[in-house]
Amino acid sequence: MFNLRKLWQSSGGLHLTDYHKEQSTQQPVRKLSAASAPELVIPLQQHSGHKPKIIVKAGDWVYKGQCLAEAEGIISVPVHASTSGKIQAIEERPIAHPSGLNDVCVILIPDGQDNWGDQRLAPIENYTEASAASLCERVREAGIVGLGGAVFPSAIKLDIPTPVQLTTLVLNGAECEPYITCDDMLMREQAREIITGCLIMLRALHEHAPADGLTCLIGIEDNKPQAIQAMQVAAQQAKDSRIKIVPVPTQYPTGGERQLIHILTGREVPSSGRPTDIGVLCHNVATARAIYQAIVLGQPLISRYVTVTGKGVVQPQNFDVPIGLNMQTLIQAAGGYTSKAKRLVMGGSMMGVALPTDQIPVVKATNCLWVSEQVAETTPLPCIRCGRCAEACPVHLLPQQLYWHARARNLEKVEQHHIFDCIECGCCAYVCPSHIPLVDYYRYAKADIYVQREAREKADLARERHDFHQERLERAKREKAEKLAKHKEASQTKTNPSDDKQAAIQAALERAKVKKAQQAVASPTTTEDKPA
Amino acid sequence: MMFGTNTSPYMHAPQGVGQVMAQVIYALVPGTLVLLWFFGWGVITNLLLGLGFALLLEALMLKLRQRPILPFLTDYSAVVTGWLLAVALPPYSPWWLLLIALIFAMVIGKHLYGGLGYNPFNPAMVGYAAILVSFPVEMTSWPAPELTSIANINLSEALQQVLLGGASTWDGLTQATTLDTIKTHLRLGETVEQISQGQAFGWIAGQAWEWVSLAWLAGGLWLIYRKIISWHIPFALMAALAGMALIFWLINPHTYSSPLFHLVGGATILGAFFIATDPVSASTTPLGKILYAGGIGCFTYIIRVWGSYPDAIAFAVLIMNMAVPLLDAYTQPRVYGTKGRFGL
Repeated sequence: MFNLRKLWQSSGGLHLTDYHKEQSTQQPVRKLSAASAPELVIPLQQHSGHKPKIIVKAGDWVYKGQCLAEAEGIISVPVHASTSGKIQAIEERPIAHPSGLNDVCVILIPDGQDNWGDQRLAPIENYTEASAASLCERVREAGIVGLGGAVFPSAIKLDIPTPVQLTTLVLNGAECEPYITCDDMLMREQAREIITGCLIMLRALHEHAPADGLTCLIGIEDNKPQAIQAMQVAAQQAKDSRIKIVPVPTQYPTGGERQLIHILTGREVPSSGRPTDIGVLCHNVATARAIYQAIVLGQPLISRYVTVTGKGVVQPQNFDVPIGLNMQTLIQAAGGYTSKAKRLVMGGSMMGVALPTDQIPVVKATNCLWVSEQVAETTPLPCIRCGRCAEACPVHLLPQQLYWHARARNLEKVEQHHIFDCIECGCCAYVCPSHIPLVDYYRYAKADIYVQREAREKADLARERHDFHQERLERAKREKAEKLAKHKEASQTKTNPSDDKQAAIQAALERAKVKKAQQAVASPTTTEDKPA
Repeated sequence: MMFGTNTSPYMHAPQGVGQVMAQVIYALVPGTLVLLWFFGWGVITNLLLGLGFALLLEALMLKLRQRPILPFLTDYSAVVTGWLLAVALPPYSPWWLLLIALIFAMVIGKHLYGGLGYNPFNPAMVGYAAILVSFPVEMTSWPAPELTSIANINLSEALQQVLLGGASTWDGLTQATTLDTIKTHLRLGETVEQISQGQAFGWIAGQAWEWVSLAWLAGGLWLIYRKIISWHIPFALMAALAGMALIFWLINPHTYSSPLFHLVGGATILGAFFIATDPVSASTTPLGKILYAGGIGCFTYIIRVWGSYPDAIAFAVLIMNMAVPLLDAYTQPRVYGTKGRFGL
């Protein structure tokens, strides 16, 4: 239901003049077939957490949706085959990483059948009565992770410890970053599925809800009127008064989890805490739709909406892309590169990751491929402390002071200035008139602090060990000395009894002498008797 | 296909340091034009000499420090310093006075500390304070507004005064500033009302000064509107100065000038909007800015009323520049999701 809610103004952030979203929203989303792809490269590690354990081997033939690797450890999700086909190899391939790192991938050659076989999960149709545990288990089983970019396993977020009480479920449809439109298109086209996913989540959380039920706020930036409208219609059809569509002001980075929660509820997530600490849980709209697919259709997460945009592609648009599809194939589907293509970014223009090559598979985290033109590099000037960065910071940090201390590698001061609250949204670097790459300094400082902490822990451990070793040596020495002392003492106390012994011997000898003497006195008689 | 990699963000606002400084310069134009109206050629000679020396010294220091010259000259920070000193010094100042001021500003105040962004003290005020203590006579005798306008003094007379100096008739054309007049006459036992009857006083604080201050105010408000400066520093400075003045004026209006006099007189408005707002040497947190500028306002009043110099913006700014690292360290804003200073 759409009603006017009070929103909490958040200071900081950017009001950009152009979000470059129109280019890629002109045509409906095109579904790309996994079956016709020459090969699919499916990395095992597509989520934050532990790497899943591979359960297939090269040469195996798999159905669509079949589990390729199962979750290992708590923070882990399985990975599934995006289509049916033969596993050609399990080997290291380049993954979406700025340094072009390799990781273990399953190389799947589609057979063109797109055959589910018996691998579709059993749909849970009466999800309104299903137990929370069964819903969470299914979400985990389907390999669902946060599709907003953090790719954290969704089941863990849904599986809340018993005593925690929630008031609000926030669904993030803000999509604040320039160029990205995949959630916009998803809300326009799949609003009903998102709302159903939302109802499933509300069911999964019902044990933590207050007596009058959870409120579900779906925050959408007001530069997406069509998405807002589609979602409103779907919410009305669902006839559930808990769900409210809330247009929020367009202001980067409203889509940050903590920022959106503040705007919608007026409450701040504690600095080192989680949203559940203030009774709020936040999921992305695309995650809600993936949950719908897993519960109602029995489909694991094997495809996602991806925006392909920028001046470097011929026909910017959105695609429904099977996981594992080569990025170059995806760009080709959008008409290929233009002559301006100079940089390939996975994500948006504020927080995306620039990739060295397009020979990389699309993964669960791939929300957007932005191919940009050449940008003239500006030489940074010194910081003039103008404070625009502080005005733009949505977390209310002092980027100018952080920069100053990070540059001087004064890590203690950097931590005092709350560097770990920095969300690396890039607002500071965007407004900096001196064109200083501020976020780079913060990333570097954070890494530096981690390294130092680790070194300190290692040193502490080494010192502890050394101290223990020293103590052990000393104890051994002490014990030895004590033992020796005891022994000595013992041997001394033993000399007294030996004296007694000698005395006894002496006494015995004396007695023997006396006896002998007595015998000597008496013997003549006996000797005398003998001859007789 | 291979691509270049760098790190996010990949977008940038169009503005650079040069554009920021350029807007400060635009905002200085109205005040400068009013000065020109009242004081004629002397304002132009001041400006030309100020800008010339500033750019020359900046280029020289960049060369000596082996820094790229063009990128730093085009950040226009040297132009701002030169311009500020040119309008702060009395019109028709001799060339050597401007040169000495700018050597102190550019060489000692700025580049010996590491150039743009690294100077703890406001360079223009370092230059101003140095010549104010060294050449008090030249610095406190301003030309009389009516007598030195373009109609009364022609270019060659102006050049003669500036380049060769000391024409004997010149003394007749100068007068003490209103702040100075008040100070000396109060010492003679006169009351503020009596002194204000003098011909140098306009409605509030001296004929030309009212108009000049209004023009600085217009430029300053435009800078706030353009978000080049924030409101914190100018308004905290004026509030503190006016507050101090109000207290003492209420106690004894015969010996203490009105708050309005202090706001309009001297270099208050220029200082509040253009000098104290120099971002490099000012505090950088919102609360820090208020404390910093409040301190400047208080010190300005104290030095004006009880010190031996008639105007005090320069000294007050330099004093508070010293407090900036401390202010910045203790006035961090409350970060999202954390408890504030008082556990709130």
